[in-house]
Amino acid sequence: MFKNKDRYLSIILISPSILAVLIFVYVFIGWSIRVSLSKWKGLLPDYTWAGFKNYLALFSDPRFAVDVRNTLIFTGVFVIGSIFLGFLMAVMLDQGLKGEGFFRSLFLFPMAISYIVTGVVWRWLMNPATGTRTSGLNLLFTTFHLDFLVNQWYTTPKWGMAAIALAAIWQMSGYTMALYLAGLRSIPIELREAARIDGASEIQIYRRIILPLLTPVSLSALIILGHMSLKVFDLIIAMAGKQLPLDVPSIYMWQTTFDGLFYSRGAAISILLLISVAVLIIPYIRYTLREEE
Amino acid sequence: MLKKRVWQILLAVLLLGSLILTACGGAAEEAAPADDAVEVFSWWTGGGEAAGLEAMIGIFNTEYPGTEFINATVAGGAGTNARAVLATRLQSGDPPDSWQGHAGQELIGTYVAGGQIEPLNDLYEAQGWLAVMPETLIPLISQDGNIYSVPVNIHRANVMWYNPAILEANGVAVPTTIDEWFTAMDTLQAAGVTPLALGEQWTQMHLMETILLGSLGADAYDGLWDGKTAWDSAEVKAALDNFAKVLTYTNSDAASLSWQDASQLVVNGDAAFNVMGDWAEGYFRELGKAPETDYGWAPVPGTVGVFQFLSDSFTLAVGAPHPAGAEAWLTVAGSKAGQEAFNPIKGSICARTDCDASLFGVYLQSAMDDWASNKVSGSLTHGVVANDSWKSEIDTALGLFMADMNVEAFQTALVAACVASGPCQ
Repeated sequence: MFKNKDRYLSIILISPSILAVLIFVYVFIGWSIRVSLSKWKGLLPDYTWAGFKNYLALFSDPRFAVDVRNTLIFTGVFVIGSIFLGFLMAVMLDQGLKGEGFFRSLFLFPMAISYIVTGVVWRWLMNPATGTRTSGLNLLFTTFHLDFLVNQWYTTPKWGMAAIALAAIWQMSGYTMALYLAGLRSIPIELREAARIDGASEIQIYRRIILPLLTPVSLSALIILGHMSLKVFDLIIAMAGKQLPLDVPSIYMWQTTFDGLFYSRGAAISILLLISVAVLIIPYIRYTLREEE
Repeated sequence: MLKKRVWQILLAVLLLGSLILTACGGAAEEAAPADDAVEVFSWWTGGGEAAGLEAMIGIFNTEYPGTEFINATVAGGAGTNARAVLATRLQSGDPPDSWQGHAGQELIGTYVAGGQIEPLNDLYEAQGWLAVMPETLIPLISQDGNIYSVPVNIHRANVMWYNPAILEANGVAVPTTIDEWFTAMDTLQAAGVTPLALGEQWTQMHLMETILLGSLGADAYDGLWDGKTAWDSAEVKAALDNFAKVLTYTNSDAASLSWQDASQLVVNGDAAFNVMGDWAEGYFRELGKAPETDYGWAPVPGTVGVFQFLSDSFTLAVGAPHPAGAEAWLTVAGSKAGQEAFNPIKGSICARTDCDASLFGVYLQSAMDDWASNKVSGSLTHGVVANDSWKSEIDTALGLFMADMNVEAFQTALVAACVASGPCQ
């Protein structure tokens, strides 16, 4: 009897949030799909059926091609950089050095900062000005006669996106470190000791034992970082503003919808973004759910 | 145990209830309290703009003491955020009585096409504004003979700022034609000076529109926007070639500079020229620089005798909750007293040509003379000549051009933009 009562209560208590999610997430996804299949351009809604015209137009849109390329560069540099650096820091902290707690917080702190703040700071650090106006990192490099390191950062033609990814790595590698550190700590010390008795070198231990055991952690990191990089928006806006060489789908969506009033095109971009994130997230959610069962 | 559960539920319900209450509270505040009121929507939230608006509201309150002024402002540079908020309000049928917008196609293309603003011809006639505003201005803020907004201030887009000391040191006279400009910039470049300061993408569009105007001349330039000048013509190609050539004289870090950063290069002696609207003058004054010694100005080469303008203006909403209040507000916004209160503070000139010149500084006085005598053309970047969709397509084409510098592809994209969102068919 009590059990029944509990069930009713839980349904009643949870229903507002279910209802809210249903309306504000799923109904609006449906609505965006409908808009993306319409001819809506201008302030007033126009639901005239256009089929997949907006999507097809995007695939031959040179700006969208730039966006896809930029997203791939950003994702590649950001995910690989964060995982590599995060793993390295985790391994170093795992050596049982003094003041581990201090370094752990130090590396994790950038995550507490918003992307906007990170963007503003790195915008200044990566100042591409030349001559007497040189500042930020470039000034540091010239002062220490490391002139070969001086570069145009995020204004580098074609590869400027990689510079933005550096700022994102700075922000998120501490988080990746925390993931890996937790993973490393969960590996029983007996495994390492057994390997050492068998004569394995430290590098072999990491390659053959630790890394394979950390695969679930790497997968989580890959997916969390990957979906963040697909949605990146605020960091770029803060660092570079709205400029085409550093355009990504989310910025294109925002500009074309609210500055250009191409609502149907904006909706189509948002649906493509949703699909790309879903491709990454849904297998992961299924995997974790199965693990929990 | 059960009792504890009951308390928890009660607490949850209370919290939920308070959330709903606060949400409703917000909505109730937004509703207009009285019949005698006017809600004016703008993005003037800071600096001289906000102070100028306050001054104009002061005049409104003395002239219409019975009408409450509801100042609905949304922060965000050049109104990007405000326009998104406004779009949402209009879509839900809750318009403010009057809202700010760049005069011209930015308003007309968006809100007239959507049937959301009323023509103001009667007000113009009743107030005699047609006699005190430049004749060539009226067609640029009208559609099919209907005038749709009241311009409060005027800014000039085609201003070339220069550093007098640098020009003098290199024996360069202030250029008046594009060819003279190229020669001057060649000399400066050879002397190791950055000839032209440029900033982020929108300032690049700003530069482009002034080069188009300077290369094509005012009539052909105006024709670009009403379909009389073909975008695929040889003249446009020549103008775009000029633009591409001008870009070779600019600083390499343009993409990382705001307009302030770029303009500042001129007064700091790091660059000789900068093309920017005359709000730059207000910025130079803020930096403590003196006109004519620290910075000089001239029309962008090739545009002498043309005033490429942009303007903040106010509209009358279709279905305005307080039409009488809105009309009163527009009357103040277009009046001599209202414009004289607003513009000296904001650092712009009056849309009226009869304002008292002694209220303004040296630069603005020269702008007032030109405003009253020059041919008036409209700005692209600042919403006068092209609707939002068209402008955003041009912006995209420009961005792609800045990356690959391919003039032919740029011209093709501009033709496509005109077909998709402009008057070209």
